[in-house]
Amino acid sequence: MNQEAQTTQNGTQMSEQQNTTPSSLSDVAANRAERKVAGTVPMGTGLEARGVHAWFDKHHALEDVSLDFSAGTVTALIGPSGCGKSTFIRTLNRMHEFIPNTSMAGQVLLDGKDIYEAGIDVTKIRLQIGMVFQKPNPFPSMTIGENVLSGLKLAQLKVSNHEELLEECLTRAGLWTEVKDRLDAHAGGLSGGQQQRLCIARALAVKPKVLLMDEPCSALDPGSTLRIEETISQLSKTMTIVIVTHNMQQAARVSDYTAFFLSDGGPGQMIEMGPTNEIFSRPRDQRTENYVTGRFG
Amino acid sequence: MSTTSVKPIRPWAPSVTDRAMTALSVFLAALTSVVIVATTPMKGKIAYFFLFFIAWFVIDSIFIVRKMGAKGIRDGLAAKVTLFGAVIVSMAVFSILWATISRGVKGLNLAFVTENMRNASMFDPIGKGGILHAILGTLMLIAIAIIISVPMGILTALYLTEIKGRAAGLIQFLVQAMSGVPSVVAGLFIYAAIILNTPLRSSAFLGGLALTILMVPTVTRTAQEVLNLVPRDLREAGLAMGATQWKTVALVVVPAARSGLITATILGVARIAGETAPLLFTVGVFDSYNFNPFKGDQGTIPTVVWRGLLGGTPESVQRAWSAILVLLVVVLTMFVLARSLGSRQPKK
Repeated sequence: MNQEAQTTQNGTQMSEQQNTTPSSLSDVAANRAERKVAGTVPMGTGLEARGVHAWFDKHHALEDVSLDFSAGTVTALIGPSGCGKSTFIRTLNRMHEFIPNTSMAGQVLLDGKDIYEAGIDVTKIRLQIGMVFQKPNPFPSMTIGENVLSGLKLAQLKVSNHEELLEECLTRAGLWTEVKDRLDAHAGGLSGGQQQRLCIARALAVKPKVLLMDEPCSALDPGSTLRIEETISQLSKTMTIVIVTHNMQQAARVSDYTAFFLSDGGPGQMIEMGPTNEIFSRPRDQRTENYVTGRFG
Repeated sequence: MSTTSVKPIRPWAPSVTDRAMTALSVFLAALTSVVIVATTPMKGKIAYFFLFFIAWFVIDSIFIVRKMGAKGIRDGLAAKVTLFGAVIVSMAVFSILWATISRGVKGLNLAFVTENMRNASMFDPIGKGGILHAILGTLMLIAIAIIISVPMGILTALYLTEIKGRAAGLIQFLVQAMSGVPSVVAGLFIYAAIILNTPLRSSAFLGGLALTILMVPTVTRTAQEVLNLVPRDLREAGLAMGATQWKTVALVVVPAARSGLITATILGVARIAGETAPLLFTVGVFDSYNFNPFKGDQGTIPTVVWRGLLGGTPESVQRAWSAILVLLVVVLTMFVLARSLGSRQPKK
């Protein structure tokens, strides 16, 4: 009950912020930056993209993107549809290659080591760089509990205490109090927002160092979105997070850094990257300013 | 308990006038068909059936034009043509069922399903001997065919949907070609390839092999369709957690498609259960129990039917109809069992 009350309170705060003038985006981001400084020491592992290109067949979708994701930070990727954000995030844990006839160029360094290096074990890479998808996709044939622990079976990991891990992951994903009495129920009975938090819990169970989130809230209502944003803030204390979002308010609320992507009809490019409050208050590029102030896109 | 008393209504439901119009047009159509059959040389149920639909279309069109104008005529025609098709198909199904049940039930008795034909012949009075040996033989053949063709079919489907290897196009083509193989050819193939060339003689196992040739394409194509329905999201979720492709398929894709894969098996069994021709070369006929699937001829329900109809006397034809009814019940029972097993959740 307490938690629900807290949620409502936070929800009110959020809607107040949304009702203020557009310039408040940078205020929100500044608040976030202050909180972050007061937070704990960054942990996790950084990720670094160097000159990443991507192609679908002959179509050049992404051109020369270099981005640094420092350990323990949250980076938001923003930009209009079709600018290559999702394509880029999928190159970061080698999901891009599952689409037939794709190709890529460049390097992605995890702990300074290229994940595209020949002879590397791809499954180990994906284990360390987890992913949450746009549409909640819990496994329909499994219960809630089995869903959370599915990664252990899938990646063939040994864990001594299943109950402990189950509770830890669901708590970190902000779902434990809601489902602790029905872990044996089917995941399909959960609401969309709960399913998405279940997917986050499932991704956490294999202890990734980096978590990629591809528009995790685009199919959710504001309340569920808020819960997931709280979850992201919690997680950012211990891991590196990259989140693609169409919602600039969300980018301002959850991220430390923001990168703006744009396509001028040709391949998508990364226009500008910087601390989130700077991107929203004084962007260096005119196109970024046009986008964050809502003049186009 | 609400304070207001609003009565739920369905403003979109047909009004009393509409219903009266429909009833009137059906009645007039029926009357017209009766009058036409009575006054012209056209005769029989088929004449009634066609005349009713034609008359109904004409009369109903008049009503429709009043309400919707000329564009309603095509709409009404399309609705009636689809209904017409559906009625013809259901009539075929129901008349087959009716013929089987009404004729088959006369020859049913306890002995018919609990005894064999060792001490009886097809020409003996009804009540002497039974076809338990054939029921067991058919079940044995179906079991052998399932054991071989379900894994083969599902693995082939997995190759085509999950691995999509270089040979996928060729295999897809072969599976399609295979589903067109006439059943007698499947039997002849096993006969020519095994019975003529090896010391093996007809047995339930060889019959099962012949039926497998017919069952594999059905299982493969149905399994392929249900596997394609599993969202790509689920596969990606598995792979994104560091699973190998094999683990993703085994733990995510196949469980998600479980009930569909059971349907694939059911359709495969339906394809082969009544096959007679391939069994004649590969299983032979037998009048008693044979519990060795690898040696000796085997009695099966389809061959009992075949022999009964060839016999020609009222008793042997009666036995054939009763055997068909038993086959129908056996297959139906298997379907119901498979369905209930398939829909059961792993945990409540």
